[in-house]
Amino acid sequence: MNTALSWIKAYVPDLDCTDQEYFDAMTLSGTKVEGYERMDKNLEKIVIGQIEKIERHPDADKLIICQVNIGGSVIQIVTGAPNVKEGDKVPVVLDGGKVAGGHDGGPLPENGIKIKAGKLRGVESNGMMCSIEELGSSRDMYPEAPEEGIYIFPQDVEVGADAVEALGLRDTVFEYEITSNRVDCYSILGIAREAAATFRKSYVPPVVNVHDNGENVNDYVSVEVKDTDLCTRYCARVCKNIKIGPSPKWMQRRLAAAGIRPINNLVDITNYVMAEYGQPMHAYDLDKVGGHKIIVRRAKDGDEFQTLDGQMRKLDSEVLMICDAEKEIGIAGIMGGENSKITDDVKTVLFEAATFNGPNIRKSAKRIGMRTEASGIFEKGLDPVNAAAAIDRACQLIEELGCGEVVGGMVDVCEPIKPLNHIAFEPEKINHFLGTDIPKEDMLAIFEMLELKYNADTNEIEIPSFRQDLEGFADIAEEVARFFGYDKIPTTLPSGEATAGKISFKGRIEEKARDIAEYCGFSQGMCYSFESPKVFDKLLLPADSELRNTVTISNPLGEDYSIMRTTSLNGMLTSLATNYNRRNKDVRLYELGNIYLPKSLPLTELPEERMQFTLGFYGEVDFFTMKGVVEEFLEHVGMKKKPVYDPKAGKPFLHPGRQANILYDKKVIGYLGEVHPKVADNYNIPTRVYVAVIDMPYVVEMATFDRKYEGIAKYPAVNRDISMVVPKEVLVGQIEAVIAQRGGKILESYSLFDIYEGAQIKEGFKSIAYTITFRAKDRTLEDADITAAMKKILNGLQNLGIELRS
Amino acid sequence: MKEKLAKIREEVLKQIEASGNLEKLNDVRVSALGKKGALTEILKGMKEVAPEDRPKVGQMVNEVRAEIEKALEAEKEKLEDALREAKLKSEVIDVTLPAQKNKVGHRHPNTIALEEVERIFVGMGYEVVEGPEVEKDYYNFEALNIPKDHPARDEQDTFYINDEILLRTQTSPVQVRTMEQGKLPIRMIAPGRVFRSDEVDATHSPSFHQIEGLVIDKHITFADLKGTLAQFAKELFGEDTKVKFRPHHFPFTEPSAEVDVSCFKCGGKGCRFCKGSGWIEILGCGMVHPRVLSMSGIDPEEYSGFAFGVGLERIALLKYEIDDMRLLYENDERFLKQF
Repeated sequence: MNTALSWIKAYVPDLDCTDQEYFDAMTLSGTKVEGYERMDKNLEKIVIGQIEKIERHPDADKLIICQVNIGGSVIQIVTGAPNVKEGDKVPVVLDGGKVAGGHDGGPLPENGIKIKAGKLRGVESNGMMCSIEELGSSRDMYPEAPEEGIYIFPQDVEVGADAVEALGLRDTVFEYEITSNRVDCYSILGIAREAAATFRKSYVPPVVNVHDNGENVNDYVSVEVKDTDLCTRYCARVCKNIKIGPSPKWMQRRLAAAGIRPINNLVDITNYVMAEYGQPMHAYDLDKVGGHKIIVRRAKDGDEFQTLDGQMRKLDSEVLMICDAEKEIGIAGIMGGENSKITDDVKTVLFEAATFNGPNIRKSAKRIGMRTEASGIFEKGLDPVNAAAAIDRACQLIEELGCGEVVGGMVDVCEPIKPLNHIAFEPEKINHFLGTDIPKEDMLAIFEMLELKYNADTNEIEIPSFRQDLEGFADIAEEVARFFGYDKIPTTLPSGEATAGKISFKGRIEEKARDIAEYCGFSQGMCYSFESPKVFDKLLLPADSELRNTVTISNPLGEDYSIMRTTSLNGMLTSLATNYNRRNKDVRLYELGNIYLPKSLPLTELPEERMQFTLGFYGEVDFFTMKGVVEEFLEHVGMKKKPVYDPKAGKPFLHPGRQANILYDKKVIGYLGEVHPKVADNYNIPTRVYVAVIDMPYVVEMATFDRKYEGIAKYPAVNRDISMVVPKEVLVGQIEAVIAQRGGKILESYSLFDIYEGAQIKEGFKSIAYTITFRAKDRTLEDADITAAMKKILNGLQNLGIELRS
Repeated sequence: MKEKLAKIREEVLKQIEASGNLEKLNDVRVSALGKKGALTEILKGMKEVAPEDRPKVGQMVNEVRAEIEKALEAEKEKLEDALREAKLKSEVIDVTLPAQKNKVGHRHPNTIALEEVERIFVGMGYEVVEGPEVEKDYYNFEALNIPKDHPARDEQDTFYINDEILLRTQTSPVQVRTMEQGKLPIRMIAPGRVFRSDEVDATHSPSFHQIEGLVIDKHITFADLKGTLAQFAKELFGEDTKVKFRPHHFPFTEPSAEVDVSCFKCGGKGCRFCKGSGWIEILGCGMVHPRVLSMSGIDPEEYSGFAFGVGLERIALLKYEIDDMRLLYENDERFLKQF
């Protein structure tokens, strides 16, 4: 909301502060000022001059030479403007002065345009006469300005006086950010009331006295509200003998500064009252209101209506309409109809000031697809008391500005107005709550400035109808705090019982995951939680894949962000592709983020959110590098058993021969593998990519930070090497399972040191060699111990069809 | 005999001095002290010495022997030192040659900022808790004093799954979930991902992170809120940071405030970071609305509390001078490596 400071000062006459002081103080008392701009920015040394004489330029057909009286002296100015004549009073920028813009009305340069005396085609020119554009404004705001040429003042201005002042530009426009709870502050009067309280000055609202013509409005119009749930008050007044014309300059200036284009007296008055009171009004041509009757009711499904912007609008039964005896004439609170539009030949006007149900207006505006300035205000829910005040103000202005005569009385269809709210005054509790020591009297002084009445008998504060936001104790405490000053409230730390700060176990595991991934060279990425349903095809998931059951957003930003991810792979592959295509070499990324698995569809309860630890890389790496990272992580979160790898993971997005589920304690805790070349193609990564995904909830279940020292071996270890000829289909994992199972207590470790397929090995077999290490904690092992253990192992291996190599 | 010994001594010492390397020195040792060495020969000739002179001669031999051994040792040490010296000289490296680094990865700037915030609050006795990202309307809005039809719902551009389930627009629902558990007092922070339907651009993202804070106890005051956040700001942005509380409105707190910190780039003088104002807005906060307390089963007559919400990206972007929010979700390694 933009407002000139002068308009505020009209109702806080003693307000005397600099722009910056106003900015700071209002912001600190709760009326946030976004910014402000001087309207006379870059307007320097500009006075009112009167053209005394005009001569032709001897060397230029399009130029004229003017002798301009600037009050006390006469200067010569050469101009090309077509519209000036002798006797005209015009704004003149003197030598060394500045104007805000060029005459073309383009964007204003930051530092304005400097004007210097000089010669135009050989003739001296000691200044410049200005167009409204050069003064930084436009014909929209100064409708009396000529389409092209110099701005011409009315004759009653004083020659030599400040032209900027005369144009009403010695002012500052403030832009406010009004919070949604302060409906009353979407108005000049509301802000003025806050300003008065902030600066401890008197608030002097306009005095409204309407002089009517003695006729009775009920003879002109009747009103019936059928849907009182959506319209709690409907005020109507009539003005007749309307004379359309321009509104006075002071009104035009105030509207222009607020960014509202002056149009004519009638329109300007409704806009003016809307800005001043925060109550949108509508004016109908009473002669176009059928039966001189207003009916307020819901529309019917499928109705169509032409709004005054000429558009046809589709309606439904939740849209509230203003109708006459025969037809619909306006969409309540949103926009009037083409069929009752005011035209310049209007004779009698019906003013409407109403209060509609805010949420209904908001929803209707959304459904119809037009949020207007009026609907934006109505949707906040307005004070019904204000409606009557505003309509009276409008009638007063009609009369004062000579725009017409006011018919006596108001048709007022009103639901019972809510009784005023009363809140107990508890000064000690307030101080206790704020941590302050504010005297009771100071609090009462604040209430008084805010028009909150204190009743000493009941010890209650009466809340005026325009402060719908004040509901209870905490609201009252806030009013005290705001005007006492947030900055003056002391700073303390909470007392009371000490609490232990902590990070959850899950959080600690995730921290460990980050540490290990980073030690292993992976940097942390972050991906969106929502993605496109097309990713499932990209990942070659079959049509019946469970992962295709997704939590789907009903109002997404677009299809590409419409489903909550059920796998973290797409994010990882997209990120790796970004890196690959930007020619980053050997990239390693990890991500810790949730996937969202619906428990049932359509969704009736919250989906399961499972944290995924996703690793991905390409470059000088392979499957086993990734496996190493996985095992490093598991070991560091206390999962020290050897994980089992099942190659039958069945992941269609991974290389069929290079993938495995990771099992720990017989639970699948994740998978790893090389990305299927077709999938890599789909993501435009023409190289081998490896990924691992660890399902963190399982890890959190099984991980531990408990550690126990087991002693360093005192007795020597004994190594035995075995070299085997193994059927090709037997996995190393199977061999290791046998060794681990059968090695007994004295088995310390085993490690693969050779694997070979080729010439010397018979078809269908491979050669594998292991070193097996035995050790006892309490003694030196005897040959017999080892022989027995080895025998068991070898027997087991034979069962797998393995032969020992001699 | 005596002369003979003296001669041996003189010769051997001369040989030692002239040896020049460890091998030759060893030869000298053998030729002097070895089985067939000169001194051994003398001892072998002892039987020719008169018995009464033998002890004296023996003593003389031993003295010479000791002297030679000492000289040998000294020379050996000298030669070894020289050898080591030469070796060290030959091993000089160019220490300015490039380092061989282990490739260690980097944390995401969001995480670095988050861990910083967590560290500060855990130090002040806060517990870090989490809540669901796909959330019930009740927790995200209703229990926070934002009933259906409340205009604040429009301000937050919510992604809905259906009428009752949505993507949380704020971390504040975790407040409600924590209060509902009924364990008092509460001091918690709840970091996490939140969603609003903003189109992606340099300053907006439909998915970002917040950190919620909540303190509930007997006698918690607005002054406590001010003190807590002032301390937080000092720890996060530096000891000289000043804090400004501006009245604001949030449906779930009353009184409410927005908090500015003095610009940590220019110290408050005004620069392009703070757009000349000297202040940077970093968070919203307030005293928990009594209605929010009672809806979650806490008696507002007995307990009070404060809550605050910080935008994590906002802090990361400010602290690290990142000028485009999109960089945070592109995961370009050249970006990530800078943190």
